[in-house]
Amino acid sequence: MSRIIEGLLYSESHEWVKVEGDLAVIGVSDFAQAEMGDITYVDLPAEGDEIEAGEEFGALESVKASSELYCPVSGTIEAVNSELEDAPEKVNEDPYGAWIIKVRMSDAAQLDSLLSPEAYSEIAK
Amino acid sequence: MDQELKTTCLHDEHIALGAKMSPFAGFDMPIQYDGIIQEHNAVRHAVGVFDVSHMGEIVVDGPDAAAFVNHIFTGDVRELEPGHIVYGMMCYPDGGTVDDLLVYKEFESGFLLVVNAANIDKDYEWILAQTGDFQVEVFNDSESWGQIAVQGPGAEDAVVRLMGVEELRDVEFYTFCALEDEEGGRVIVSRTGYTGEDGFEIYASPDVIKDLWAALMEDGVQPCGLGCRDTLRFEAGLPLYGDELSPEISPVMAGFSMFCKLDKPEFIGKEALAKQKAEGAPRKVVGLELEDSAIPRAGYPVETEDGTQVGVVTTGYHSISLDKSIAFALVDAAHAALGTPLFVRIRKKVFPCTVVKKRFYKTNYKK
Repeated sequence: MSRIIEGLLYSESHEWVKVEGDLAVIGVSDFAQAEMGDITYVDLPAEGDEIEAGEEFGALESVKASSELYCPVSGTIEAVNSELEDAPEKVNEDPYGAWIIKVRMSDAAQLDSLLSPEAYSEIAK
Repeated sequence: MDQELKTTCLHDEHIALGAKMSPFAGFDMPIQYDGIIQEHNAVRHAVGVFDVSHMGEIVVDGPDAAAFVNHIFTGDVRELEPGHIVYGMMCYPDGGTVDDLLVYKEFESGFLLVVNAANIDKDYEWILAQTGDFQVEVFNDSESWGQIAVQGPGAEDAVVRLMGVEELRDVEFYTFCALEDEEGGRVIVSRTGYTGEDGFEIYASPDVIKDLWAALMEDGVQPCGLGCRDTLRFEAGLPLYGDELSPEISPVMAGFSMFCKLDKPEFIGKEALAKQKAEGAPRKVVGLELEDSAIPRAGYPVETEDGTQVGVVTTGYHSISLDKSIAFALVDAAHAALGTPLFVRIRKKVFPCTVVKKRFYKTNYKK
């Protein structure tokens, strides 16, 4: 049974979003990391890149497969978690602690279209 | 593709162990039990067991069996002694690969051909169609056999404990020992595998295979799925039919000329293979090593510095045993020399890589 944390928003493509002011901190859900298995590489974007909601911003690679990451909100990539370059397994070990990017949002209203923990629990199974 | 998936004799065991199951070659097969990395490392450093009951067994018997096998097979079985095994391919007249297989020379008579699960029906029909005037009987015996592969440096001890036959230690690489189960059924134990490590493959009736699997679990042997079977064989430079060998990829293109005995008087595909070898194949399967740890997957383009596509990745991983990103790729012969700098396009970026030897990992066969 995968964990879903209260206080976060979720996308249908299994990213989570933690809102800190106009920053969106983005990672992947426990369900997503469990589906992927051992993650061996995180393909990160560059800081400062502009990104649109729904656009691919990177990928997680397990031994067997790669899985694209989609940005749930539009804005500017303020920070990337470069720790994951050397320690991709942190996404498995602590999916809600291992954030991947932080986006300075250009349209906070986009958050309204994301899923509540309850709604996400319906698709994360 | 809506055909119902077949199951092996160990399907219930996989479910009970909580394996992640996935369709492979028409069978519902375990991809992993405890994680690909853990299972991979168990085989490299201890011992693991795979259910390979999906593999096909085709028997060729009769007065002309040896001549017939030599006609359809790239290897040479004329001098093969009973109890010995040869690896090789069956080819089409144009040199393209029908399948790669093991040929077991039986003690009684005839040969056992062990073929890839995805190709059982195709191979059987192909073999039957070649019989012509040869006095042979060919039958598909795949349903009669279950098969497990016990692999890793601890395999010899595990198999001796399992079978209670100390003499199995003396079975040499690419030979086999035929035993009997309690009902008088045949059990074949061969020193073969698909991992780059020492190990054994055991063929027996489905019921006996279930008992052997249970005993191995009791003994603490790591169950291993097809996920790590692929990472292990890949590191050891072994081809997977469909990726590195196919109707479009001949054994010579794949770099396996050594399994094509061109000094035999004849076999199907010989002329085409000899021509490819003499003139150089237009494309070759090479090894690639990336500087970055991004992962080159099957289908990703291989390019030169100016962005011209000169090949395609056939298998790629971030190698578990070597901790670097490596791949097999089919590339134009002009770019296949060792040391050639190339690039792999991975999503939106290109990553530099170098052509290297395909045997990435030093194998540990007991010879």
